[in-house]
Amino acid sequence: MCLAIPGKVIEITEENGLPMGRIDYSGTVNTACLAYVPEVKIGQYVIVHAGFALSIIDEEEARKTLDLMGEMFPGDLGAGEEK
Amino acid sequence: MKYLDEFRDLLRARRLLDDIKETTSRPCVIMEVCGGQTHAIVKNGIDRLLPDKIELVHGPGCPVCVTPLELIDKALAIASRPGVIFTSFGDMLRVPGSKKDLFTVKSEGGDVRMVYSPLDALRIARENPAKQVVFFGVGFETTAPLTAMAVWQAHQQQIDNFSMLVAHVLVPPAITALLNSPENRIQAFLAAGHVCTVMGWEEYIPIAEKYRVPIVVTGFEPIDILEGILMAVRQLEDGRAEVENQYARVVKREGNRPAQELIARVFQVTGRKWRGIGEFPQSGLVLRPEFEAHDAEKIFEIGQMRVEESPECISGLILQGLKKPHECGQFGSRCTPQNPLGATMVSSEGACAAYYAYHRHRTDHVEN
Ligand code: SF4
Repeated sequence: MCLAIPGKVIEITEENGLPMGRIDYSGTVNTACLAYVPEVKIGQYVIVHAGFALSIIDEEEARKTLDLMGEMFPGDLGAGEEK
Repeated sequence: MKYLDEFRDLLRARRLLDDIKETTSRPCVIMEVCGGQTHAIVKNGIDRLLPDKIELVHGPGCPVCVTPLELIDKALAIASRPGVIFTSFGDMLRVPGSKKDLFTVKSEGGDVRMVYSPLDALRIARENPAKQVVFFGVGFETTAPLTAMAVWQAHQQQIDNFSMLVAHVLVPPAITALLNSPENRIQAFLAAGHVCTVMGWEEYIPIAEKYRVPIVVTGFEPIDILEGILMAVRQLEDGRAEVENQYARVVKREGNRPAQELIARVFQVTGRKWRGIGEFPQSGLVLRPEFEAHDAEKIFEIGQMRVEESPECISGLILQGLKKPHECGQFGSRCTPQNPLGATMVSSEGACAAYYAYHRHRTDHVEN
């Protein structure tokens, strides 16, 4: 029920007075409400739950979790992908 | 997929497992609160890969499973009325009420529609001004900002034919109630990452202190769950009882302030029954009186209902971490996902459904 998945904001629009975004989930594109992440910018990744973005993913923190295992995995998180 | 695949990496998982094995010197019981985590744990066999000393128990974090029977029966009654379009997330449609489920109401001619987001329900209301459109507002703090927004929009834009049957539940009061229980065995919690995305984790600090229990805010991918377990075990081994955040790429200490503000504006806290478990004080949300015009319970005047729970179902014990699904006499025989006796067998996040899907009824233990 609390399922929420990461996707990339590729366009910001408005609908019925609410900020909306087109979100790309590795090829599948869908709309989500951006009212709870007002500072979001195109190209950032957000966590989406039932049609609402609830958080902007912190790239630095994501890298830290993966590096915690004592090894560097350079490029794993986006270096090979354009922003 | 970026931010998913790298958190499912086998090599990293192995390393975390080795770390957990090295760190664990004595038996401990850890509860993962969220049904999404239960599902990931059983699917990936994490519970079987852990050292025998660590027991994972599955928590009450499945809103579909804990929505009280009274509210399911109310939903069924409202959905059966002529002139009503009843909208819901898909996972509620097969949850058994006293006599039937929402799918049965639909097959009997009720206009029951599955939606992806509460905003879709609002759109249906805009498009069908002659009908009463009701949304079944089920979920934890994660989902509350979504339903709050739908009600707020309906209120602002005077969409008078939109209402909500609110069944929201709150996680920290449930954790507190479990800790207060004399039967409690839980020594550490993995807190549900997406609930904390909205609420932050400051609410957990007094709980960790008072009950001397480590609480680790944890994500949903295998790497997240393993790291959450490692952090909890380290705390137990060191004799610490703190709130730590494993899921920092998504969860901030203060959570999502705009979401919290709208929740507080639209809803107020109330006592709520959790299906199979009982009533927890301050553990649910209802609409504030200003939004009465959008409150399905007020509009439809259902009144008191006599409800009947299936007597064989032990889902309440499972949701409190006191029993495992395969210990239920009905599991896999009379109760299956096709023919569920309890909500924990319906929801894909229910512990019974997860055990069934990944064949935990066939073999109980695999050597590490
Ligand atoms: S197996 Fe079925 S009857 Fe038994 S506890 Fe789970 S849902 Fe209830």
